[in-house]
Amino acid sequence: MEMFYAVALTIMTAATPLLLAAIGEVVVERAGVLNLGVEGMMVMGAVCGFGAAFLTGSPWLGVVAAILAGMGMSLLFGFLTLTLVSNQVATGLALTLLGLGLSGLIGESFVGQPGVKLPNVGRIDPLIPGAILLTAAVAYVLFRTKTGLIVRAVGNSHASAHALGYNVIGVRYLCVMFGGGCAGLAGGYLSLAYTPQWVENMTAGRGWIALALVVFASWRPWRTVAGAYLFGAISILAYTVQTFAWGIPSQFLSSLPYLVTILALVVISGNRMLTRANTPACLGQSFVPDR
Amino acid sequence: MRIMLEKRGEHSDVMAVASPFIAFALTIVTGGIIFALRGDNPVAALYVYFVEPLTALWSIEQLIVKATPLVLIGVGLAVCYMANVWNIGAEGQLTMGAVAGGMIPVLFPAWQSPLTLVAMLAFGMAGGMIIGAIPGYLKNRFNANEILTSLMLVYVAQLFLDWLVRGPWRDPQGFNFPKTITFEGWQLLPTISGSIHLGSIFALIAVAALAFLMGRTLKGFEIRVAGNAPRAGRFAGFSRERMVMFCFLLSGGLAGLAGIVEVASTVGQLQPQISPGYGFAAIIVAFLGRLNPLGVLFAGLLLALSYIGGEAAQITLGISDKIAKVFQGILLFYILACDTLILYRINFDTGRVPAPQPAE
Repeated sequence: MEMFYAVALTIMTAATPLLLAAIGEVVVERAGVLNLGVEGMMVMGAVCGFGAAFLTGSPWLGVVAAILAGMGMSLLFGFLTLTLVSNQVATGLALTLLGLGLSGLIGESFVGQPGVKLPNVGRIDPLIPGAILLTAAVAYVLFRTKTGLIVRAVGNSHASAHALGYNVIGVRYLCVMFGGGCAGLAGGYLSLAYTPQWVENMTAGRGWIALALVVFASWRPWRTVAGAYLFGAISILAYTVQTFAWGIPSQFLSSLPYLVTILALVVISGNRMLTRANTPACLGQSFVPDR
Repeated sequence: MRIMLEKRGEHSDVMAVASPFIAFALTIVTGGIIFALRGDNPVAALYVYFVEPLTALWSIEQLIVKATPLVLIGVGLAVCYMANVWNIGAEGQLTMGAVAGGMIPVLFPAWQSPLTLVAMLAFGMAGGMIIGAIPGYLKNRFNANEILTSLMLVYVAQLFLDWLVRGPWRDPQGFNFPKTITFEGWQLLPTISGSIHLGSIFALIAVAALAFLMGRTLKGFEIRVAGNAPRAGRFAGFSRERMVMFCFLLSGGLAGLAGIVEVASTVGQLQPQISPGYGFAAIIVAFLGRLNPLGVLFAGLLLALSYIGGEAAQITLGISDKIAKVFQGILLFYILACDTLILYRINFDTGRVPAPQPAE
């Protein structure tokens, strides 16, 4: 029983950063914006979260700093793609490249420093249930409230939403910032709870896996939870098998999450019924209000 | 105050040429601000970073050596992005090119022939093409997002190289360092002048060939139609699937060539780290060159300058060479922002309500 509990806990810990980042991106993409910069926002969240906690000694200030860092990065993305209508794919890539470079520069003096760990509430750290509660909130708002209806309208047909008098760009800005905050928090979780330290590029592609999770979950919040926990389980499985050392090279096990991501994309994307029914129709398209 | 975009009647040719220059100028200004915030003299720091490397012969040679992989990869990516095919896994294709080409000196160290190098280069290209074909195939067959699959394969390729050089391919006389045997003279690219090697000629050939392809052939037209008017392309009978595969094979092959060129020249062996992120920097090269092969040539030199300037700034000013990646990221942001000027005029709305337009 104790063993089962320990395994479940490590899976939840590995799944939580993926879930946090993915649930934010679900909202962004539901509003019709494709932000490929999750990795960059996440890694900035990780370095700023670590830095704030390290300098002030308070992990909670670290959490706040991580969220703000992610939001700041997403505002940059929003300004380019929403105000200056730049290409969303290219701008997302730019955000990732900038985030990885900037975090390396900011975090240079933090390398090797002892981290501040987020205190546990009971036996688990508070962000594990926090991520589930966030999912519940997103699921409720997106599908049970007028706000959610507006967000989905903006994502499915920005021209109609605009004609109905909704501020398409404004709604998208708010959603992009929400996604940025979530990605920043996910990064902060890595450097404050998962492994309380700063290592360059410590997100190790988790931002990209989170993006794949959104497709895997076909833009549905609760399926994102299932996907994130599945991926958490696979990466933990890879580590566990490694300790048994059955002659399988560790590099093959480490590449498992990436290979599974590809497999998951293939399985889900091949099913056109599933993707077509849920993909926001205006995903990745810029909108310029005529006046 | 709000920023309003007003669509131009037609796209501005002046801005199409000027936008990369404006972007670069803004990057310089931002760089000066960063240096000033650190307490350095911004003019002196910018001189060390962007001008001094151009004043000595050896550093100009270094510039060309570093620009070589960037241009090779960048021209392939430019064609991809022009066709709206998003290959962002060039770093992995570079890695597999190095692995496939490096296989020959590692497994057949005694094979000494003029053909050795030719075979290495051919294997390198094939390695990049094979791993590049995977996202293309998955896109065509299963509609899997090529951005995510090509990126995931970067991690897989790097872990594969890591396993090889720590495991089966490790140099038995290498004191347990994670590296293969050092390549011998006939397994290395001949140099042309100083440290400039044959790879730079390959880069020039690639630029010329793709400039011809894009400007003078039906395929080039098909690529531009695929990107600008995919619907028209479908009516013209251009196959989207074949275009996706063509782009991935082309850019994967060029990235693979860049990989083997790197290990058969400056690196001289296989080791866990063979590229300081050339595959990702080449994305910036492609956009800075406005997706035009000739533009990519100059953009590659500029990005190479950002690497060399970073090293110079580290030595002279004691700034971390990580600043190079920051400059590269900022530069791409400015390029994308400035591209808006080609299609739109920017008006600053100072809060006055515009007069209502008559309804149509």
